[in-house]
Amino acid sequence: MLRALLCLLILTLPARAEEVVLGLSQDEVAITATFDGSQILVFGAVKRESPIPTGPPLQVVVAVSGPSEPVLVRRKDRRFGIWINTDSVLVDSAPSFYKVATSAPFDTVLTDVQDLQYRVSIERAIQSVGATFGTAAGSGGAQDFTQAVMRIRESQDLYKIVENAVNVDQQTLFRTAIDMPANLTEGAYSIRIFLTREGEVISLYETQIDVKKVGLERWLYNLSRERPLIYGLMSLAIAIFAGWGASAAFQVFRLR
Amino acid sequence: MQIYLPIAEVSVNAFLLLGLGGIVGVLSGMFGVGGGFLMTPLLFFIGIPPAVAVATEANQIVASSFSGVLAHVRRKTVDFRMGTVLLVGGLVGAALGVVVFNYLKSLGQVDLLVRLCYVVFLGIIGAMMFVESLRAIRKSRAGGPPPKRKKHTWIQKLPFKMRFRTSGLYISVIPPVIVGICVGILAAIMGVGGGFIMVPAMIYLLGMPTKVVVGTSLFQIIFVTAFTTLLHATTNFTVDVALAVLLLIGGVIGAQIGTTLGTKLKAEQLRILLAIMVLAVCVKLALDLLIMPSELYSIGAAGGH
Repeated sequence: MLRALLCLLILTLPARAEEVVLGLSQDEVAITATFDGSQILVFGAVKRESPIPTGPPLQVVVAVSGPSEPVLVRRKDRRFGIWINTDSVLVDSAPSFYKVATSAPFDTVLTDVQDLQYRVSIERAIQSVGATFGTAAGSGGAQDFTQAVMRIRESQDLYKIVENAVNVDQQTLFRTAIDMPANLTEGAYSIRIFLTREGEVISLYETQIDVKKVGLERWLYNLSRERPLIYGLMSLAIAIFAGWGASAAFQVFRLR
Repeated sequence: MQIYLPIAEVSVNAFLLLGLGGIVGVLSGMFGVGGGFLMTPLLFFIGIPPAVAVATEANQIVASSFSGVLAHVRRKTVDFRMGTVLLVGGLVGAALGVVVFNYLKSLGQVDLLVRLCYVVFLGIIGAMMFVESLRAIRKSRAGGPPPKRKKHTWIQKLPFKMRFRTSGLYISVIPPVIVGICVGILAAIMGVGGGFIMVPAMIYLLGMPTKVVVGTSLFQIIFVTAFTTLLHATTNFTVDVALAVLLLIGGVIGAQIGTTLGTKLKAEQLRILLAIMVLAVCVKLALDLLIMPSELYSIGAAGGH
């Protein structure tokens, strides 16, 4: 649905005088056992048939988004002297990861109307339109819960808007680096590149990058989901063996 | 060295995990507690999702308990008969506990109830043990005769008596089975082995000698936590074997050191140390409930309510 809408939007864009030719430093992020975060280099050029238009310079916005999922947000309140969860709101859809890099301050590269249309800023990327479920739903406080999602994920380095982080060279070449933290989850991450002038989007390019576990990580994860009993027994066998091994090793050590 | 945990989906320092496992392992060997009541909150603190922490902790306790029990078997300080009776109760209790847990989960306040359980049980047991062992130490310093344990007359009168040679007891099987059931329920709800409740119950309620208590409780804990691990692995998919391996490498080595240390300390000293630790964890958990948290909001998985 959303994708169809986006396609429609792309089709209805004004005559595509300027287009993005994109390069990525990698087309997938492999999560190995020693995965410690990653950095994706996003670079590209602007292809155009006509000379560079005069007027305000071209601006570039790069938005990387992890898979969106509904999240249940709870709020604590003081009852009988202790802090307990009282209210909750189901935020319809929040990306697991969301970072935006811009070539200038955010409000100069994108107008509010365009932001609303393309859902670029963090608060717009989180959808809580419904917020109809949960104990605090409909009481007007739902906004606080969306803010909380932003605040918590920002503190975990999962959400961030970095202004002036895209280098644009002669209105033609651009590049930026997006940091991926170590606490990344799997999925298809979408990358959107917006070319804007005077805050209006003149071109949108969309691609995606796969974040997935590989090797031992992949194997263990699959085993735990597909053969949970065998996985459980294996965990126990490892535990028993390790317990016995340490005991035996210490006995040898003590006898000497 | 950072390591990415496949099920928990977070990256943590491997040496930190080894160290945590080691410290908790020493305590496990010394006191016969699984160490879960200490490790589970520590894992929350370093950013492991609570569901994964609880399930993986059960797996790790299997390893450290097994390592610990072998040392006790060698010294013949395990009462297998008593352990088996406790175990029967424990498995029944664990199954009941899971039912209770799921019921509380449907009410949406499982987190609070788990915390309250911790505070109440740790508080009562810690205070009781602290006072008791202080009194015992004072008496032994004064040079008086060792304190005689009160014989619970009503326990003596119960039917189905059984002889427990290693413990030197001839009592009804009903109290141990009930202790086992209670511990099993608590183990399933609180995500711990339950040693910290079982050890005092065995000493004060059943009147077992302190030296036998540790080995016997470890013996029972192995089976109850193994059962819990399988339950979590097959229903919630939350056992992280990579996390478990790191914790248990530290844990099994720690348990061996702890068991050796345990034989060198006097029973009263051992008990007062455990009491202080139980009280410390209790106070920390109580403060978390009483002091206003810096972040009032928390994100849970949708559908997990």
